[in-house]
Amino acid sequence: MSTLTVNVERPPLLTFTMPVVAVLGACFGFVTGNIFGEAWLGFASGAVIGAILAGILARIVQVRLWQKIWGTCALFAIVGLVAGGLGGLVGGAVMGLSMGWFGTWIGSGQYRAGVPIYYTAGQTLWHNIFLFICAFVFFFLIAPLIPVMWLSFNAENFFTFTPEMLAFQAEGYSLKHYREFFSGGGHPVQGILYGVVIGAVLGGMVQLLPNAQRGLTKILVYGVVGALIGVVVGKMWGVSGAEWMTPLKNSLIIAPFATLISVSLGTLAAIGLSQTHVPGRQAIMAILISPMIVPLIISATGMFFFYAPLGNWLQANLGLNQTFVGYVKVILAHAALGVPFVIITVTATLVGFDKSLTRAAANMGANPVTTFFRVQMPLILPGVISGGLFAFITSFDEVVVVLFVGSAQQQTLPWQMFTGLREQISPTILAAATILVTISICLLTTVELLRRRSERLRGMSPG
Amino acid sequence: MSDSTDTGPVLAADGSPLKQSLAKALRREKLRALALIAPLLFFVVLTFIIPILSMLFRSVENQIVSDTLPGTVAAIQDWDIDSGEAPDELVYQHLFIDLFNAEEAKEHTKLGSRLNYEQTGLSSLFRSSGRNVDDIGEAFQDPLEEIDPAFEEADFWYDMMNGAGGEGLLEERRGMWEAQEGDPLEGDVGFVPSQAMIDLLPWTTTAYTDFAIWTALVDEDVVAEEEPWEAVYGALGMDLRNPETVAAIADYDGPGAAQLQAVAANLDRLPETTFREAFAELDEDWLDPEVWGTISVYSPNYTPGYFLTAIDMKLGTDGVEAQPEDRQLYIKLFNRTLFMSLVITGSCILLGYPVAWLLANLPLRTANVLMILVLLPFWTSLLVRTSAWKVLLQQQGVINEILVWLGFVDDANRLILMNNQTGTIIAMTHILLPFMILPLYSVMKTIDPSYLRAAKSLGATNFVAFWRVYFPQSVPGIGAGSILVFILSIGYYITPEIVGGTDGVFISNRIAYHISSSLNWGLAAALGSILLVVVLVLYWLYDRIVGIDNVKLGG
Repeated sequence: MSTLTVNVERPPLLTFTMPVVAVLGACFGFVTGNIFGEAWLGFASGAVIGAILAGILARIVQVRLWQKIWGTCALFAIVGLVAGGLGGLVGGAVMGLSMGWFGTWIGSGQYRAGVPIYYTAGQTLWHNIFLFICAFVFFFLIAPLIPVMWLSFNAENFFTFTPEMLAFQAEGYSLKHYREFFSGGGHPVQGILYGVVIGAVLGGMVQLLPNAQRGLTKILVYGVVGALIGVVVGKMWGVSGAEWMTPLKNSLIIAPFATLISVSLGTLAAIGLSQTHVPGRQAIMAILISPMIVPLIISATGMFFFYAPLGNWLQANLGLNQTFVGYVKVILAHAALGVPFVIITVTATLVGFDKSLTRAAANMGANPVTTFFRVQMPLILPGVISGGLFAFITSFDEVVVVLFVGSAQQQTLPWQMFTGLREQISPTILAAATILVTISICLLTTVELLRRRSERLRGMSPG
Repeated sequence: MSDSTDTGPVLAADGSPLKQSLAKALRREKLRALALIAPLLFFVVLTFIIPILSMLFRSVENQIVSDTLPGTVAAIQDWDIDSGEAPDELVYQHLFIDLFNAEEAKEHTKLGSRLNYEQTGLSSLFRSSGRNVDDIGEAFQDPLEEIDPAFEEADFWYDMMNGAGGEGLLEERRGMWEAQEGDPLEGDVGFVPSQAMIDLLPWTTTAYTDFAIWTALVDEDVVAEEEPWEAVYGALGMDLRNPETVAAIADYDGPGAAQLQAVAANLDRLPETTFREAFAELDEDWLDPEVWGTISVYSPNYTPGYFLTAIDMKLGTDGVEAQPEDRQLYIKLFNRTLFMSLVITGSCILLGYPVAWLLANLPLRTANVLMILVLLPFWTSLLVRTSAWKVLLQQQGVINEILVWLGFVDDANRLILMNNQTGTIIAMTHILLPFMILPLYSVMKTIDPSYLRAAKSLGATNFVAFWRVYFPQSVPGIGAGSILVFILSIGYYITPEIVGGTDGVFISNRIAYHISSSLNWGLAAALGSILLVVVLVLYWLYDRIVGIDNVKLGG
C-alpha cells in the first residue's frame, strides 16, 4: 500500500487543521470540565484551546516535530499540576502528549502518509479511523495486564489503588507481596553453588562423548543452566506448608514430568504420523487431538470419575503411598492434555522435512536410531521444543483438571491463585501474576526465536 | 529389443516378483508407522478416552438402588405402579432385610441421597428409618427370648443354622454384600447354612447368612460367638407368619427343634403388627405410593433419569414429565451458555477482524512486532488475565475509579461490571480474542491483495471491493476462528466462576458444582455428556471446514 505514497502537502490551516484539532480539544475539555462539574464550559474552552494550539503549532516552523509534541506535553502538564496536583500532572501530560501529537500529525499532513495519493477525504478518514480501531484493540489486549503489575507493588493489602500509589509517593509502594510470595523454602544461594558445579561437571562429561564438539563455552552454558536450575531447586528444597512456595513447588514437579511424557511419546507419534502410508490416519489424528478440543470441564469430569478408582487400585495393588499416587494421577492427566500441542507443532515441522536426508544417512551406514538422533532430531528440534513449551504452559497454567483429580497435597500455583481470587485473600496473587507474566514473556521470546530458527533451517523464510 | 521374449513378471533384486516385494515393503512401512504411533495412542486412550467413556457410563449408571435394596427391587416388580396404593406386605418384608443390611454397611444414606435427587425428602426418610429399623426386629426379639432364653445365645443360633447344602445361598448373599460394599469379600465365613433350615425357615436363614458373612469377613469375628442381629429375629417372625412353616416346625427334629416348637406354640405372644404397619410407624411416608413409585422407577441398573433432569424433565410414575417450574434451570442455563458463547464469539469477530486484516497487510517486520501484542496475552496465564479483569471491573476497580474521578459516574452509583453477564462477556472476549485473531490472520495472509486492487480498478467502491471480493475469501478464517472460540467458551469454567457471579455462569460451573458440592455425580456426568455431544458436532464441522491438520499455534 505504501508504494503509491508521495510527499504529503500541508492541509489548509483555517479550514481543516484548526477545526479538527478543536474537536479533539473539545473532547478533552469536556472530560476535564466534567471533573469540575462544568462539562459544557470545558467543551467550549477546550475547542478554543485546541484551535489556538493548532494555529501555534503550524506557525512555528523552525522547531522539530518531536520538540513540538513534548513541548505541548510539558505545557499541559504544568497547567495540570497547578490546577489539580500530582494527578493533574499525569492527566495533563497525557492530554498534552495526545494534543501535541494530534496537532502536528494533522497539521503536517502526516495523516495522509499511509494512504495512496488518489484516496478521497472520506477514504483517508476511514483509513485513519480503522487504524485507531486497531490501536484500541491492541490496547484492549495489553492494557488489562498493566494495573495488575502496578498493583502488585501496593503497600496495602488491597486489590485497589490507594491515593498514595496514585500520587507516586514512596510509602504507597512496597515489595511486601513479593516477600510474602517467596517466603518459606530453602537456600537459593546454596542451590546456585551446587547447580554450577553439577552443570559444569555434566558439561565436561558431555565433552568426553565421542564426536562431541569440544569447547569451553559448552561447559559454561551447562554451568549457567545448572545454576538456574540450582536456584529453583535450592529454593524449593524441603519446603512444606508455605502458602505460595509449596504450590509453586508442586507446579514445578508436575509440569516438567507431564511435559516429558507428552514430548517423548508425542514426537515419536508425530514422526509415525508423517509417514506416507498410515492406515486410519484421520481417526488416529482425531483421537490424539481430542484432549485439546474437548472442553476442559468435560475432560476434568471424566478424569474425576476414572482417576479416583485408578488411584485406589494403584494404592491397593502396588502398595504406593497416597501422595505419590496423587502426583502420578495429575501428571498423567496433564500429559494427556499436552499431547495435542506436541503433535501439532512437531507434525508442522515435519511437513518441511526432507526425507532424502534420512535415506542419505541410511545409505552411509547409519542405523535408524543414529539417523534419528543425529539427522532428524536436530532438524525438528525447534518444533519439539516449542511443542514442549506449549505442553509445559498447558500443565503449568491448568486449574480445572488438577482441582478435580488432585488432592490438597498436589495444590498447584494456579489452583492457589484460583482459590485466592474466589475468596479474595490477598494481593499476593498479583505478585504471583506479575511473576507469571514475566515468565510468559521469556517463554514467548524463546518460542518466537525458535520459530524463526526453524523457518531459517528449513529455508522457508528469508531472514 | 532383446528382452521382448521375457514375458514373466518383473522381478526384484532378490528374485521375488516386484509387485510382491513392493507390497511387502509397504506393509513394513505401515507397521513401522503404527509402531511409532502405538505408545501415544495407548497412552491417550488410557488417560483420556477411557475417562471420557467412564463419564458417559456414569451418566446412565444407576446400580446403587438394586445393589442396596436387591430383594425389594425384585419384589416391587410385581407391584402395579398405577394402583395408587402402597405395595403389599412382601415388599416391606424384603425392605426390612435390605434396609437392615444397608444400615450395617452404612449404604442407606448414600441411597437416600441418590433418590433424593428425584424426590425431595427421601434422604431423611432413609436416614431416619435406617436409624430405627432395629426397633422392628427388637419387637420380635424380646418375646422370642421370653419364650425361650436359648434365643439369646449365639451358639444356639449357630448350631441351629449351620449345616451343609446351603453353599448356593451363601455365595448369593456374599454377592449381595460385595455389591453393597463395592469390594470383593474373600475368605472363609466359617458357616454354611443347612439345607433343612433353608427349606424350613427361608427368611431366617437368609438373614442369618447375611449376619454370618458380615461378622466373619467385615467385622472379622467368629460367627458362633456373636449374638445375631435384630434382623434375624424379625426374619423368624416373618417365617412364623406362614401357616405352612408353623405346620412344618411340628415335624422338624433337627437342632433347635424344641425351641422352635415352643415358639410355634406361643405364636400369640409375638407382635401382630405387619411389617407394613411397622414401617408406617417409623415414617408415614412409607405408605406413600409416590415414594414407592420413585423407588420402582429408579430400580433398573441403567436410567435415563440424569439426562432427563439435565433437560428439566423427570421420570415420574407415569413416564416422562416436565419438572415443576421452580426446579427448571438447566434448559435456561444451556440457553444462556449458548447465548453468551455466541455473544463472545461475535465480539471476538468484531474486534479480531480489523486487527487480523492490519497484521496481514502490514510489512512482515512491523506485523511481527505487533503480533507480539497478540501473542503476549495468549501466553499469559489464564488466571493472571482473569485476576486482571477482577482488578479492573470490580466496584472499587480501576474502570469505576477512573469514571468516578472524571465525574461521569456518581460515587454512589458505581457501574456493576462484575458478577454478572457483562463481566463474563468482557473478560472472556479478552481471553479468547487471540484464538480468533490467529486463524483469521493465517487465512488473510493467503489472500492476494491484488484482487482488491483489481476490483477497485474495475470501478468498485472501497466497500463493495471489500464486501464482494475480500470478505468472501476471509470467511474460512472467520469460520475457523468462530468455531474455535465457540468451542472454548462453552466449556469455560474458571473465568465465569470468578467474574460471573450468579447470572454470568455457564453450564460448566453447574457441572463443577455437582462434582464438588452437591455430589450429584450422575447429573454432572449427564450435563457433561450433553455438552460433549454439542462440542463433538462443532468439532466435526471444524474438521469439515478447516481440517484438524490445519490447526496452527502461535502464528
